[in-house]
Amino acid sequence: MKLFGVRLPAMSSLLIWGLLWELIGRAEFSFFVPPLSQVFSTLFEIFGTKAFQSALYETAYAFISGVFFAIVIGIPTGIFMGKNRLLDELLLPWVNIFLSAPLTALVPVLMVLFGFGMKSIIITTTLFAIWIIILNARAGVLQINRSLVEMATSFGASPWDAFTKVYVWAALPEILGGVRIGVIRAVKGVIIGQLLISIAGFGALFELYSANFLMSHFWAVLIVLFGLAFTISEFLAYLERRVSYYAAKR
Amino acid sequence: MDMLQTNVQTEITTAAQADIAVSVSNVSKNYGDVEALRDLSLEFPRGQLTSLLGPSGCGKTTLLKIIAGLLDPTSGDVLVDGKAVTGPGPDRAFVFQDFALLPWASVMRNVAFGLELRGVAKSEREAIAEKYIANVGLSGFEKSYPHELSGGMRQRVGLARALSVDADVLLMDEPFSAVDEQTRRKFQEDLLSLVANENKTFIFVTHSIEEAVYVSDQIAILLPRPSRVSDIIRPTGLREKDMLTIRRDPEYLDIVDEIWASLRSYVE
Ligand SMILES: Nc1ncnc2c1ncn2[C@@H]1O[C@H](COP(=O)(O)OP(=O)(O)OP(=O)(O)O)[C@@H](O)[C@H]1O
Ligand SMILES: [Mg+2]
Repeated sequence: MKLFGVRLPAMSSLLIWGLLWELIGRAEFSFFVPPLSQVFSTLFEIFGTKAFQSALYETAYAFISGVFFAIVIGIPTGIFMGKNRLLDELLLPWVNIFLSAPLTALVPVLMVLFGFGMKSIIITTTLFAIWIIILNARAGVLQINRSLVEMATSFGASPWDAFTKVYVWAALPEILGGVRIGVIRAVKGVIIGQLLISIAGFGALFELYSANFLMSHFWAVLIVLFGLAFTISEFLAYLERRVSYYAAKR
Repeated sequence: MDMLQTNVQTEITTAAQADIAVSVSNVSKNYGDVEALRDLSLEFPRGQLTSLLGPSGCGKTTLLKIIAGLLDPTSGDVLVDGKAVTGPGPDRAFVFQDFALLPWASVMRNVAFGLELRGVAKSEREAIAEKYIANVGLSGFEKSYPHELSGGMRQRVGLARALSVDADVLLMDEPFSAVDEQTRRKFQEDLLSLVANENKTFIFVTHSIEEAVYVSDQIAILLPRPSRVSDIIRPTGLREKDMLTIRRDPEYLDIVDEIWASLRSYVE
């Protein structure tokens, strides 16, 4: 973005919104919106507390495990669906249903099946993330240039070689795109899990702060969460740019 | 008794095939209702270049892929060095019309990729690849990526990859059709020296009558679907001549005319 001929750094619009937030907060417009500066000072305050750190740890643990399973199961599933017509016909309807299904409604079922603990939260997180990862990996494989596969076969590639040396790389731009969106959905999943299944992690903090009208605490945790999700998604976007040199030339 | 007879028969065939590298007998191929090849038989002499020439859609690529082991024939057999083809093998290497380079891999890795798939150690395969990269005139581009190269350079990479696995038979599907005319002429000359210097059997698909006559020891003319070999032409006289004057040679011009005369009725 350019302003009066000066190039502004990326996301400088956030400054304007931050300023607006501060002003609205100072005007004491609503208890719901404390000034941004107060939110930040609360953030530094609670950062060192035991409650915050264990919440961060619990959330990160559930989130990372959930995303891990979504990736490790989702990418191969998507690739196999792209390679195998039969598997594709069998699974695609389900993937599409779950992609658009209101997964929150499934959470109680998961609680019955897997209990009220971490396990259910991780599974919820995985369920939020996995479908788009599968679909994107599948789309990535479907657009692979046939002759690349034939080339590998003609030089004697084993199915494993073809998988690791051709399919994964040829589909990588789509796979990374899917993982990025999946990760963002996993953030939703982990918080919903923590709110609905067992009041734990950040979910518990949200619950606690909003029930007690501790609005600057509430916003502080939300900002931390946003910051984490944003960082991960930017990192994945960076990886996507790293492979973009060949994405258009496959 | 039966055994004996088979043995004798095998011996006779082996003797007759001494200088036949690839033999295709009674191959048919159907794609669903489409009959691409019908009862096609053709022999490819060792150390020579045979062109497959014919109108678009007549099944040249199909035949080449069957020889490569990438496609199964509906019926019929392909023998390479007397052994039946059941799939791809180290005795054959393919050069693709669209180059088929890994876009995420450097020139070095692409050229060495055939060897990589065969489990050759990295230092060894890179030494071999290095040699062929130099042979095709791409020294200095080892670290470049395919998208940084011109079409002609990309096909040199494809060629170097096929050469570096040191297969006896090189299968080339219109390898020069995606490069510009001048590069193409240079490639044709290079191909002639390659056939002369490497003791390999080349099977070369082309659309171009001139190209076929210029580079081939033997030209198999295929007719439109369902395809058979309608004629085999051997421009033997031309192979002795200087590659720079072939295009002015009366024999060259005659053969080009002759082939066109036999093909023109099939081109609408
Ligand atoms: N996978 C396929 N499924 C169905 N039909 C096919 C398939 N591949 C090829 N064909 C048909 O078989 C015939 C021969 O195809 P092939 O690609 O071998 O021709 P070609 O001689 O190489 O043509 P060109 O000169 O245009 O490359 C064509 O009519 C084509 O439509
Ligand atoms: Mg073809």
